[in-house]
Amino acid sequence: MAQSFPEDVLEHVFSFLNYDKDRNAVSLVCKSWYEIERLCRRRIFIGNCYAVSPEIVIRRFPDVRAVELKGKPHFADFNLVPEGWGGYVYPWIVSLARAYPWLEEIKLKRMVVTDESLELISKSFKNFKVLVLLSCEGFTTDGLASIAANCRNLRELDLGESEVEDLSGHWLSHFPDNCTSLVSLNISCLGSEVSFCALERLVARCPNLKTLRLNRAVPLEKLPNLLCRAPQLVELGTGAYSAEIQSDIFSNLAEAFLGCKQLKGLSGFWDVVPAYLPAMYSVCSRITSLNLSYATAQNPELVHFVSQCSNLQRLWVLDYIEDAGLEALAASCKDLHELRVFPSDPFDAEANVSLTEQGLVAVSEGCPKLQSVLYFCRQMSNAALVAIARSRPNMIRFRLCIIEPRAPDYLTLEPLDTGFGAIVENCKELRRLSMSGLLTDRVFEYIGTHAKKLEMLSIAFAGDSDLGLHHVLSGCESLRKLEIRDCPFGDKALLANATKLETMRSLWMSSCSVSFGACKLLGQKMPRLNVEVINERGPPDSGPESCPVEKLYVYRTIAGPRVDMPGFVWTMDEQVSSSLSRVTERRGD
Amino acid sequence: MNLKATELRLGLPGTDESQKEYSSFVKSNKRSSEGMDSSCNEEECATAPKAQVVGWPPVRSYRKNVLQQQQKKSDSDVSGMYVKVSMDGAPYLRKIDIKVYKNYPDLLMALENMFKCSMGVYSEREGYNGSEYAPTYEDKDGDWMLVGDVPWDMFVTSCKRLRIMKGSEAKGLGCQ
Repeated sequence: MAQSFPEDVLEHVFSFLNYDKDRNAVSLVCKSWYEIERLCRRRIFIGNCYAVSPEIVIRRFPDVRAVELKGKPHFADFNLVPEGWGGYVYPWIVSLARAYPWLEEIKLKRMVVTDESLELISKSFKNFKVLVLLSCEGFTTDGLASIAANCRNLRELDLGESEVEDLSGHWLSHFPDNCTSLVSLNISCLGSEVSFCALERLVARCPNLKTLRLNRAVPLEKLPNLLCRAPQLVELGTGAYSAEIQSDIFSNLAEAFLGCKQLKGLSGFWDVVPAYLPAMYSVCSRITSLNLSYATAQNPELVHFVSQCSNLQRLWVLDYIEDAGLEALAASCKDLHELRVFPSDPFDAEANVSLTEQGLVAVSEGCPKLQSVLYFCRQMSNAALVAIARSRPNMIRFRLCIIEPRAPDYLTLEPLDTGFGAIVENCKELRRLSMSGLLTDRVFEYIGTHAKKLEMLSIAFAGDSDLGLHHVLSGCESLRKLEIRDCPFGDKALLANATKLETMRSLWMSSCSVSFGACKLLGQKMPRLNVEVINERGPPDSGPESCPVEKLYVYRTIAGPRVDMPGFVWTMDEQVSSSLSRVTERRGD
Repeated sequence: MNLKATELRLGLPGTDESQKEYSSFVKSNKRSSEGMDSSCNEEECATAPKAQVVGWPPVRSYRKNVLQQQQKKSDSDVSGMYVKVSMDGAPYLRKIDIKVYKNYPDLLMALENMFKCSMGVYSEREGYNGSEYAPTYEDKDGDWMLVGDVPWDMFVTSCKRLRIMKGSEAKGLGCQ
């Protein structure tokens, strides 16, 4: 029957499949389904831009409308990946421009994007609609000017938390007067002032604008001007939210917010003056997402404001909220799904606020829907972790950062193995885990035994021996991304689990005990892995083979070794590594 | 049976578990793993005097930059960081840099030491009721306020001068 099913019927059925997983499954049924599916796939997600080449993608999927690419490994966020490592989008844009003239969406994360790339995007795709650049770098406001000027149907421009060289605020004026299509604009990462007039006019002429995230330089006094022109906003980034305390500013602000009946999300608040928080009280009960993680407001103003948001689902906040504030949160926000508590003073060993494990325990006990946690604190106990695990078996993402490396249970001085063990044992749906504190090989045994749905694991300053790494690689069936720093893991576990690495997206190991010899061996054994050694101090073969490498990044790929590696990255690819000495001679850097 | 000998571990021969002391955990400026990147990038060396581990705690650069900017801003745009402090009954004034203090308890302790008086603990409802002395300040608008009523950051930017009043006189200010 499958053979007599007309192609267009199958294509129509496939059009309801949006998840890559489903489309991939469908492609494996038979050759004709593979063919039909590949012709009608419109969205591509590439989790590692070096896992595949643009040519391979284009050959298989000839008519794509949306591309999402990720570049640098996650630990690049914490300065562990040296400058110039890679993740350049330009070659992709060149190929995409040739192959997909009807491309509408490009979403990039941790990639290097140049003005040249932005200009090419703006001129190559006639129906370009969505540009999302998360944690990217390498471009200036000139590149943004090209996008503004040339993309006639631009719907979404999201600069995420990218590093943009801010040459001038005038790029915004490049949006033509007849551009009315904007739905989402996020310029919060830009340092300098944009022309407020141009911004105001742009907002006024885009009736479908739902998301507006302003940058710090937008003055609070002018915020009402924008809100009045966009009462349909669903998400607002407020800019600095700071001004001298004047009653007319306050009343204008309060009145403007009163008109925003659709507002569900708030962010910004970089220099927040707490006296102005009550101006938003009229919208609080509708707010489901609140990002106060750059707001230096403290209690009681902070907790008063947060407690007003009874329908809150997502809260990002600084540790100024303190245990008391989290207890209040637990009592007032029963719909909370996600909590992130960031450190206000991460580099001070001493606590500047009264935030401990108690706050997290309170929220875990009080909020039945809590499933995603990121928590920075200075002390933790096994008892607290066990309590959290028992209260929240529905936890999906759990990231705990105890600021002092290798800090033990502060009550018993024992390792935190039991606590994290309880988390993985009780939270059977756990997909992401980041651990900290004093941890032995035992915690990895628990993880290997119980964390069957775990997809991403981040480890730092933990474990005693290779056994720890072996437990994880041999036990975690769903593991896709593993990132490790400063752990005594070495060659044995890595080589014993080499084939596991092909089932994962990537493995990062820095400041561990993996030898150069083992890296070479891994590269030889596994041709479909790119085994890359990052050694800033010099070529890895300048010392004995037993010498540990500084950093190791291993990822599966069908594109072969990279061609754009900088001088401090060496591939362990068999064919390439045999000419290592020649290559090292050539590289003058 | 010496199971330890067959244990899968990559430690140096002769070392064993008993050498680990869980009661003294490693400070963040000690490096115990081999081959560790000992570089400390400029940005982190500039923000804190202690030696720091690269990329720890795992705070994104974007966030670190914002924190630095905020700290710089609060350091530099305080109007009147040096304020005069008078105490009822004392023959001369003092001057202090309120920017030096992190919070109210810090400031109060310093004032108590400087003037050898006791001001007690602030409460929202009662002010400093019951204490011999109470700290007050003149704000930008020229009003006399009780120290502790507004958030610390707001106090630092709006405080023009301090006056340590006799407890009995300060009673009126406490009822806000």
